[in-house]
Amino acid sequence: MSIVVRNVSKRFGSFQALDDVSLDVEGGALTALLGPSGSGKSTLLRIIAGLEWPDSGEIHLAGEDATALSTQQRGVGFVFQHYAAFKHMSVRQNIAFGLKVRKRPKAEIQSRVDELLALVQLQGFGDRFPAQLSGGQRQRMALARALAPEPRVLLLDEPFGALDARVRAELRSWLRRLHDETHTTTVFVTHDQEEAMDVADNVVVMNKGRVEQVAEPRELYDAPANEFVMSFVGQANHIGNAWVRPHDLEVVLEPNGTTREAQVARVVHLGFEVRAELVRDDGEQLAVQLTRDQAAQLELKRGQIVYVRPTRETVF
Amino acid sequence: MRKYVLRFTALGYLLLVLLGPLVMVFVRAFDKGGDALWATLTDPNTLHAFKLTLVITLIAVPLNTVFGVVCALAIVRRRFPGAGLVNAVVDLPLAISPVVVGLSLFLLYGRTGWFGPWFERHGTQILFSLPSMVIATIFVSLPFVAREVVPTLREIGDEQEQAARTLGANGRQTFWRITLPSIRWAIIYGVVLTTARCLGEYGAVAVVSGNIEGRTQTATLRVQDAYENFNQAGAYGIALVLAAMSVLVLVTMTLLKPKEDAA
Amino acid sequence: MTYLSIVVVLPIAALVWASREEGLGTFWSVATSPEALAALKLSLGMAFAVSIVNAFFGTITAWVLVRDDFRGKSVVNAVIDLPFALPTIVAGLTLLALYGPQSPVGIDVSLTRKAILLALLFVTLPFVVRTVQPVLLELELEAEEAGRALGASEFRVFRSIVLPNILPGILSGVALAFARAVGEIGALVLIAGNRPFKTEVASVFVFLHIQGGDQAGASAVAVVMLSISFAVLLLIGGLRFLATRHERA
Repeated sequence: MSIVVRNVSKRFGSFQALDDVSLDVEGGALTALLGPSGSGKSTLLRIIAGLEWPDSGEIHLAGEDATALSTQQRGVGFVFQHYAAFKHMSVRQNIAFGLKVRKRPKAEIQSRVDELLALVQLQGFGDRFPAQLSGGQRQRMALARALAPEPRVLLLDEPFGALDARVRAELRSWLRRLHDETHTTTVFVTHDQEEAMDVADNVVVMNKGRVEQVAEPRELYDAPANEFVMSFVGQANHIGNAWVRPHDLEVVLEPNGTTREAQVARVVHLGFEVRAELVRDDGEQLAVQLTRDQAAQLELKRGQIVYVRPTRETVF
Repeated sequence: MRKYVLRFTALGYLLLVLLGPLVMVFVRAFDKGGDALWATLTDPNTLHAFKLTLVITLIAVPLNTVFGVVCALAIVRRRFPGAGLVNAVVDLPLAISPVVVGLSLFLLYGRTGWFGPWFERHGTQILFSLPSMVIATIFVSLPFVAREVVPTLREIGDEQEQAARTLGANGRQTFWRITLPSIRWAIIYGVVLTTARCLGEYGAVAVVSGNIEGRTQTATLRVQDAYENFNQAGAYGIALVLAAMSVLVLVTMTLLKPKEDAA
Repeated sequence: MTYLSIVVVLPIAALVWASREEGLGTFWSVATSPEALAALKLSLGMAFAVSIVNAFFGTITAWVLVRDDFRGKSVVNAVIDLPFALPTIVAGLTLLALYGPQSPVGIDVSLTRKAILLALLFVTLPFVVRTVQPVLLELELEAEEAGRALGASEFRVFRSIVLPNILPGILSGVALAFARAVGEIGALVLIAGNRPFKTEVASVFVFLHIQGGDQAGASAVAVVMLSISFAVLLLIGGLRFLATRHERA
């Protein structure tokens, strides 16, 4: 089911959260809304869900104008950063809620809840209460709950933000696998560009209430539309008015006319790659990324003098 | 739409039950004019009544404050077997009717009571005199400081005190420099509530005091007395003063609440 | 601890003992004398009615104070505490001024049961509001949004998601209001008239019988009132336990 956002604007007091935003979200795809805090991504998600009203503009769901519809009428599944669990209900009752509200027969609810408990791997936890679950388990419950009434669209607001790194990574790949199976239109909000690149089919980069670029992750990295996207997605060195990726800087031990002199300020061995901070002769600080072999060949050490040149530059 | 219905229901209810009547006290007090009001208020028996109320309050409040703080510390910090029971007993005065309080004191210190004869032999009068009125007022205003301090103490936790100990502070120093300052707003708020309760006490004191004009008649007792003796303006006059004091208490409570919540 | 004993425990013990002195039989006959029964029935009935009204209006008021926003809201919030700060006798007098003889709006309920109801509504007003407010403040708004996203109507959201969480708060407020209503004396003395069998509540019964020298009669009813107080305190404690039940892992 496709989502169309047309000229949506929203202000909170004197703060312009969204400024004439238009967007087409592909049906059946996994789309990420990526941006720093205050970029408007959560606001946009909540407007799509009907949890906020836009000051102007329209939202179309599956080709129909949904702008005037209440949340209850939109048939969207929503997952919150802090789970929003129904504390006084058991896990089963939480998951069953959407179905109970639709007055489904008890047997149907029972089997659907069992199915979902298996899907999110919470079998055996059905009779526990949210307070007795870990953060990751609570979020899995929240996902099951949102999926139970078979929504046309699944919306997730920084779903893994409150979880620790390992759980986050697990749930990320779990979400991707789930989407590959069900192909439900999914939109999730994140400020973590690695997460967006890892999981999404398409990424919508937002900043200060506007859409900066919409593209597949690869295109976003290789062909950023402007300076903001360049610096936000992946690391980039800003030298003069040119932008250079850390892995597009060649480091050699002898000058050769096209290189400039630089001193190694710091070397970090991350195991699978090596990062170095160099200070060029004109004071510019450069972040360089090397493979293990390259670093070994150069025998990089702190204080060492090396010669560096960009192999690829982008100017806007 | 629904929002406005709720809002006006709540406000309407408050106006009918709370505010309307309060305005009337003001109106009635000035019924016979400002001079008559002043005369009533400065009548010697009235002045004595105010003085008596204040004296009782000035005795009860400090005692209950010290008790409240000590009690709260014991309940929260010391894990002793009766802690839950003490907590419940402290809450007791809130659930008991003031007349029941008065009666029990009557039975305790009266002529045929448990302690009555002992005091009588030693020439000290408890009932129908200041001591019983003070005891009654202490009873009814007992819980407030403790009830405010206990949750605050619980929330603060004892990490600060542990830190003080590692830095070499002994028990007394820790209490005065660390514990007490951290609960000071809760104490102040509790003191304000206690004071309001003492000023407003009626039922228990009515029973034990004998309501003797000029001797054991507090301000609240005098209001009733005046009204029943058809001195309406007098009654409303004293009520106005008491109401003014209450509004002062209320304002103080409102100003203190955010500080208390933040602590 | 000694302070506590002298001030609180002893008097209570004395009361219970004194009423036993005349023997259980006398206690029973006095406590069940027609006048006493009528007074107790009236107290309980009034307290119950007031508790229901407070549960309803108190919750609405708490909701408006927490969720709504309007000019003067902080003043309204402060005013709620007025019955705590005002002497009860003054409360009775103020109600008399507006709803008694010489009422400017022509309503005179003095010396009737309606007056009792009114006076009790005044003094118990803050209880439910103040116990529900903190619970409402702590409620996660997102849980309600999740309910809406799952298709629940506004009423359903209130019934299934909000109410279960504020119910313990409402009930403790109701219990406190009930206890206060049963024991109230100051606000009733002037406005209610205290006619036996008509407008005489238990607390007034005790008061009048002490003044009349009938210690046994007063004690009997007082002990019944005391038992009600204990029962209410137990109830509040039980509610607190239940409320935190699903927080205990």
